[in-house]
This record gives sequence, C-alpha cells and structure tokens, in this order.
Amino acid sequence: MIPTTDYIRLLPELILIVFGLLVMLIEPTLGEHNNRKGLGVVALAGTVLSIVASLYQSQYTGLAFFDMIRVDAFSIFFHVLIGLIAAVVILASFEYLNVQQIRYGEYYGLILLSAVGMMLMSSAVELVLIFIALEISSIGTYILAGFRRNAPISIESSIKYFLLGSFATAFFLYGVALMFGATGSTSIYTIAATLSKGVTPLAYAGVALMFVGLGFKVASAPFHIWTPDVYEGAPAPVVAFMSTGPKAAAFAVLLRVLFATDAPGWFWMIWVSAVLSMTIGNIGALVQNNVKRLLAYSSIAQAGYILVAVAAAKDIGISAVIFYAAAYAAMNVGAFAVASHLANVGEKYVTLDDYAGLGRRAPGLAAVLTIFMLSLIGIPVTGGFLAKFYVFQAAMQSHLTGLVIIAVINSAIAAYYYLRVIVYMYMREPQRDVPVLRMPLGLGVSLAACLLATIYLGVLPGRVLDYAIESARVLTR
Amino acid sequence: MKTEDIHPFILSLVTFVPLGGALLLLFFPRRDRDIKVFALVVSILTFILSLHLPVHFVNGQAGFQFEINAQWISTPNIHYHMGVDGFSMWLVLLTTFLTPLCVMMSWRSVHGPVKEFFILLLVLEAAMIGVFVSLDLFLFYFFWEATLIPMALLIGVYGHDRRIYAAVKFFLYTMIASVFMLAGILWLYAHTGTFDFTAIRQQIQSGQLELGSAAKWLFLGFFVAFAVKVPMFPFHTWLPDAHVEAPTAGSVLLAGVMLKMGTYGMLRFNLGLFPEESHRNAPWIIALAIIGIIYGALVAMVQPNMKKLIAYSSVSHLGFVVLGIFSFTSYGIVGAEFVMLAHGVSTGALFTLAGMLYDRRHTYEITEFGGLATSMPVYSTFFLIATLASIGLPLLNGFIGEFLVLTGAFQANHVYGVLAATGVIWSACYMLWMYQRVFYGNFRNDENRALPDVNARERATLWPFVAAALIMGVAPLIWTRAIDGAAQKFVSNDNTAAHAIPSAPASPGRTAQASLQTQVSGQ
Repeated sequence: MIPTTDYIRLLPELILIVFGLLVMLIEPTLGEHNNRKGLGVVALAGTVLSIVASLYQSQYTGLAFFDMIRVDAFSIFFHVLIGLIAAVVILASFEYLNVQQIRYGEYYGLILLSAVGMMLMSSAVELVLIFIALEISSIGTYILAGFRRNAPISIESSIKYFLLGSFATAFFLYGVALMFGATGSTSIYTIAATLSKGVTPLAYAGVALMFVGLGFKVASAPFHIWTPDVYEGAPAPVVAFMSTGPKAAAFAVLLRVLFATDAPGWFWMIWVSAVLSMTIGNIGALVQNNVKRLLAYSSIAQAGYILVAVAAAKDIGISAVIFYAAAYAAMNVGAFAVASHLANVGEKYVTLDDYAGLGRRAPGLAAVLTIFMLSLIGIPVTGGFLAKFYVFQAAMQSHLTGLVIIAVINSAIAAYYYLRVIVYMYMREPQRDVPVLRMPLGLGVSLAACLLATIYLGVLPGRVLDYAIESARVLTR
Repeated sequence: MKTEDIHPFILSLVTFVPLGGALLLLFFPRRDRDIKVFALVVSILTFILSLHLPVHFVNGQAGFQFEINAQWISTPNIHYHMGVDGFSMWLVLLTTFLTPLCVMMSWRSVHGPVKEFFILLLVLEAAMIGVFVSLDLFLFYFFWEATLIPMALLIGVYGHDRRIYAAVKFFLYTMIASVFMLAGILWLYAHTGTFDFTAIRQQIQSGQLELGSAAKWLFLGFFVAFAVKVPMFPFHTWLPDAHVEAPTAGSVLLAGVMLKMGTYGMLRFNLGLFPEESHRNAPWIIALAIIGIIYGALVAMVQPNMKKLIAYSSVSHLGFVVLGIFSFTSYGIVGAEFVMLAHGVSTGALFTLAGMLYDRRHTYEITEFGGLATSMPVYSTFFLIATLASIGLPLLNGFIGEFLVLTGAFQANHVYGVLAATGVIWSACYMLWMYQRVFYGNFRNDENRALPDVNARERATLWPFVAAALIMGVAPLIWTRAIDGAAQKFVSNDNTAAHAIPSAPASPGRTAQASLQTQVSGQ
C-alpha cells in the first residue's frame, strides 16, 4: 500500500500528466481549422496548478515511492522554475502558432509532458528513474523541434536532435550501468554510502559517461555541436523552452549525481568542459548573423558559466548554479520570446539585419530585448549580472583563480556580440521593410514576466538566493 | 525635520533623484518641450540637493561623512554602504553641476528620439554619482558598469557619422578592462568575507589579511581598469574617437566626469588599499603619466579637428592628475583632485562651445573657420576664457591644480617636475594656436560672416562655467579645505612620503594650504 503522502510528493507531475492527456484528448474533437488557443489555456491552467502543487509540497518533504523520488527545497525550486518556464512559453506560443499556422494541439500537450520529465529529473534520486525522466523530457522536445512541418530546416533540426540526443542518453545509461557495477546499487544514497568506503576505477568511468549524457543536455562543449543547428530550425518558442528547461533539469541531475553521492573524479572534467564551453560558445557567437544561432552559441557559453559554478561546488557553488539557472531562464526565455514575435510567418525575419532600426519601429520591444541582452552580458540591475557575480565569487572562494580569470575574460568577449544586437536595433538603418506585428496579450504578459523576473533578480536577489542556499544545504546533507 | 536628520539619506537622495526622474520620464508623452523642462528641473533639483554636502561637510574630520550602511544582500555579504570624503564630495558636486548644463546645451541639438536622450542622461548621472559615493566594492562595481550602457547609447545613437564604431570601441575597451577589477574584487571578498571598503582596508592595514604575492596582481587588476578609463597612454585610443562622435552633452559628461572615475578609482582603491604596491609601481606609472602629458599635447597640436584637439588635451591634463596622485605628496594629491575638478569645468566649457559651433556649421574642422571674433564677439570671449582656464592662466581654475601638481612632482623628483612642466607650455601652444586659427584673421569661408552670436539660452549655459572657473581660480580654499583632510590619509599613512619631501614639514597638508594662501594673495 502506497501512502497518500507519496502521491502528494508526485503531485506536480501527476497534474501535468493529467492536463497533458486532457489536451491530447480534446484535440481530435476540434475542427481542423479551429484555433487551438483554448488548448493552450488548458495547458496553462495545468502548469499553474502544478506550480501551486510544488509550493504546497514544502510541507511534505521527504522520500516517496520506495525511495525513488525525494521532495526537498532543491526539488521544489526546480519544479517551480520549470513550471514557470513552461507557463511563460505556453503564453508566448499562442500567437506564434497562429502566425505560423500550426494547428496542432499536441504542441501544448508535449510541452506539458516534457515538463513532467524535467520536473521528475530534479526530484528523482534513483539513477534508472533519472534516466527515464531524461527520456520523457527528451522525446517531447525532439518532436517539438520539428513542429514547423513545412520547413525542411525544422525537420533537420528534429532529426539531428533526436539522433544525437539518443546517442547521448545511451551514454548516460551506460554510465548508470557502470555505476551499478561499481557500487551494486542505483540509488543515490546507497551509492554515496558505498563510495565513501572506497572508489573503484569503474566508478570514475561511470561518472564520466553520465557527464557525457548530461553535458549533451546542457549543451556544454565538447558535446555542443548540435546546438546551433537545432536552435536555428526549431520553432522559436520551443527553443526558448528547450534552451532553459532541460538545461535547468540536467544541471539539477548533475548536482545530485555529483554532490549527493560525493562522486569522484569530476573536477577536471567539469573544469575543462567549462573552459571549452565558454570559449567555443563566445567565439562562435561573434560571427553569427542569425539571431537564433547567436543565442544558441550564447547558450553554450552560458552553460560554461554555470559549469564554473559546478566546479566551485560544494556549498556556495551549488547555490550559484541554482541562482544562475533561474536568472538564465528569465533572460533567455525573454530573448527567444522577442525573437519568436519578430520572426513572423515562416520565421522569415531572424537575421541581425532584420533587427536594424527596431529601436524606432518598435521602441518597447527593442527596449525589452535590450534589457535581456544587457542581462546576458551581465550589466548591473539585471539578474544576469548578479548571477555571474555569484558564480565568479563562488569560484574565487574555492580558489579557482585561473578559472575565474578565464571566465571574466570570456564575459568581456561576450559583451561584443550581445552589444551587436543592441547596435543593430538602435544605431543602424533598416535594410529592408520588416513588418512588426501588434503585441498580443499572451506574449505581452510572458515578456513582462521575464522582464520583471530579470530585474527582480538583479535588484532584490535576497529571497531567491537564500532559497538557493537552503536548497544547496539539503542537497549535500 | 532637522538638517542632521537627512545626513544619512542625502547621498541616496542625490543618487536616486535623477534615476527617479528618468523613470518618470518613461511615462511622459512625447512632447519634447515638457520632457526637456522636466529633465532640467530634475537635474537642478539634484544639484540643489547635492549642495547640502559641502554646506554640512565637516573639514578635517577623519573618515567618511554622510554615511549610510545597510545590509542589501546577506549572502554574499553585500552592503548598501555610501559615504563621501573630500575627494568624492567634490566629484559628486561636479557631476550634479554639469548635468543641468548638459540638459540646457542639448535643448536644440538632439538628433534622434528626444525622450530617450534625456532618460539616458539622467540614468548616466545617477550611475556616475553612485560610483563616487559607493563604499562597498560590489556597489561600486555595480555603478561602475552601469555607467557604460547609457554612455555607449548616447554616443551610438545620437552621435555623428562614425558613431557605431566609437560606441563599440568605448564599450569594449572599458568593459574588458574592468573585468580585471572584478576579479580583484572577488579575490578580496574570498579572502576577507566582505565587500566593505573600510573593512577591507582595515584588514590590510592591520596585517590581518596577508596579500603576499597577490598584492601585485590585485594592484594591477584595479589599475588597468582605471587606467583605461582615465585614459592613460597607451590605452587612450578610444577617447578621441568617442569624443569626436559623441553628442555635445555626451562629450561634456565623458570628459568632465567619466574620466575622473578612473583617477578617483586610483586614489580610492589603488592608493587606499595597496599603498605599498602603489609606491613600488609609481616610477613606471609616473613615466606613463609624463608620456601622456607630452604625447597628448603634441598630438593635440596637429589635430585638424577641434573636438579631437580638446580630447587629446584631456589625455594631457589627466596625465597631470595621475602624476599628482603617484607623487605621494600632499601638494600632488590635493593638486590632482583640483585638476580633476578644474578640468571638468574648463573642458566641459570647451566642449560646450565646440558643440555650439557645430550646431551652426555642422563641422569641427578648424580650417573651416577663421575670423569668428568679428561675427561672434560674445562667443569668442567665452571661448577665450575657457581657453585660458584650460591653459592654466593664474586667477582661473586650471592654474591652481597644475601648480600644486607640479610642486608635488618637484618634491618627489626634480626630473618629473621639469618634464611635466613642459606640458603647461605645450598646452598654451596648441590652445592659443587653435584660438588664433578659429577666431582671428580673415573669413576663409563666407558662411562664417553671418553666424548668429550666442543666444540667451546659450549664455545661460555658459555663464555657470565661467563663474565656476573664476571662483575656483580666486578662492580655491573653498575646495582644498575639504580635499586636504582626505589627502592627509595617503600622505601620513605611509612612511616613504616623508622621504619624498626633502625637508619634511611637520604637517605637509597645512603647508600646502599656507602656500596656497600666500600664492593667491600674492596676485
């Protein structure tokens, strides 16, 4: 007999599954040419309910389902974050689907279901369950990436993501198997207990292979090759989703696997990957003219900054990762939401030239995008600034001076390409006539939410940060 | 409410009133006149508020005044800590003094969206004031970086032909340099657990924090960030580009205030936190400063573009400031601060005047002009006063600062003094030569015959500059009294300064003042 509290500990996921299935079931009853906005509203209601459920969980922390999932401050933080990302993306998708004439309600269902996977990733404490959650979240995003069915580039994106992604998850599974071989268990806590007695070479290999799988998900170098192509082809709101949600979830897993088990041999792996991600991401972004590709390279670099914080763990490093994941989600979802609005029918307008003169044609939109870009650079008053600051400070605290210097130089290089977007918007004359659609309510709300979150995290980070510190504490206890 | 009651809040008020004004402007309808009037009112209000500082400043009191210290973020340990001493107080005043004038000079010369221009101007003012009043390293860095964006946008959106190049260059130079300071700040936090300036200084002085070999790198990290901002030779190349392309108000704030953020940073952080490293590195820094003085002046002389000429003259003048700071004498440091203030006023005036000429002729080329003294007599007079103030004519502000710096330099080392003194001669050469080519002789271009002289608004903009230049030249004690107290810290803190002054007087600061007094009354 499974106690009721166990179901409460799984409540956010259950709600999302119910609503996801509901969306799927209603979809066939709608006429072919009907608007699917109603389904979006249903999906939105689901995410809101699941966020509420996650907050409610704070009174029911503990293990559930035969010690396979664990609800604690850490998991709640990521549940809420992923729920918020999904909600904002759904809001931003209303108009996008209309404009692109995508009339498939499954879109919303898939977002909900992959959010289930991501949420589960953050609360699972059993390697096999983590793998299953990873697969759930991935399969949804593979399909979502190909949702612009008429655009070959979108199909390419989907197939590329699918092939490389399944390859990477196979690595993860292999790592799990080796870990099982090394410790005789797939439970994080048993592994921790076994590893504390002694470490075999098999465990090193297990950690390394699991990192390959997770490195792919967070788009860190050298597992980043897919990122620009996939981001370029996938629908813009989906990119907003998959550049933040899975990344946050994968970092949650990484933190759990590495620090709850006290895994061996991760340091140089993370260090090298951080340096490579930052450098390759930033240098790659310098020459991009397509805004989506630019943001893709930027997200590789941002993963690098987060890895700097991972390298700086334990303790403050973990809270820096958590805070960064939140700030990054706010600014990146915002940036892609703007891009999806400007892209127009068939995502025609996605190059920097199309952004020229935006400051005059759509001053509000340009100002909002400017703030997201400034946040990505790390300019004060934005969440991006404080997030970077915490990361670098955590690394300095752990005496990783060399890594900090590489990171600060990288963030200076990065300023150039983010600034280029601003330069194009405000200082260049438009090359061709790019129409800007009226701002619909849904997108307006989602942009406002991202903007508020970005500024809030930049000015009054205290509460979120304290929560991040608390999460880090329960993770390593 | 008693006046003492506002003391802890006055700095926050001065910093955030412009920001609040900018936020309100966001919601203004696009009626240009209202926007300008509102921006003017806000900036004048800020200036009036900032007058509270010198009025209630207690001279000779050690430490910082008007302090406010509250927790902002608990982990990491970041405080909202503000306060001023003699150095920073006058720089705040300089900022609040120049901003209303910037609003006035931009009345008709904004090429682009007017509303955003004044929003950026006010945001920039708030950030610059924040830089000067912050006593928490995080807060300082916060404001320091926050100044970049409004300035880059002012140049890039409202500037002239090559504005994008100039804006990006400006942004990247200063941004890249300041990340090294960030690394230094983080290092200090990692080893002290605080961002508080006074606490860190205390820990370093008491030997509680062993810097060891890191001291050199920390010093350099901070120094590079400031040296690029100043800008010192050889990091100066962004400055002429930025100035030439910037709109007039941008140039005035850039030269008037932003460059001083660099020299202020050297005073506050390089000297304040790492006095020993400062002494060790002084020789090459002074060498660069002197190269800057002479090189800036020589390059200024051959510039065909009026604004570029003034820009290079800034490189030269800021060389004096750095020289004064690293002479470690009370004369030198007080003089350095005074040059900062004087340069803000006189160069601000010169850029304003150049901007007025640009409004009329849309060019800065010196060869385009000639004979303007006939068609614009009042303008020419204003220009002459600004020129003389910049050269350092006694009774005007430039003289006092340069005299003090040179005295300090001579005390430190005769060679420094001799070399730097040539800068004064060069500055007379390039400024007067430019004045002659622009204002005297025959009309080389017929367009110049009928140029309208300065109107009432322009006069109202120029008079405060002239008045300030004159008052600072005649009554420098008003300023130096407060500065002296702050300068004592650096001179008395270290023992080597005593060696630098051949016949070490009992209290160097007092003598600096005394000599000033005789100096001024002697005229």
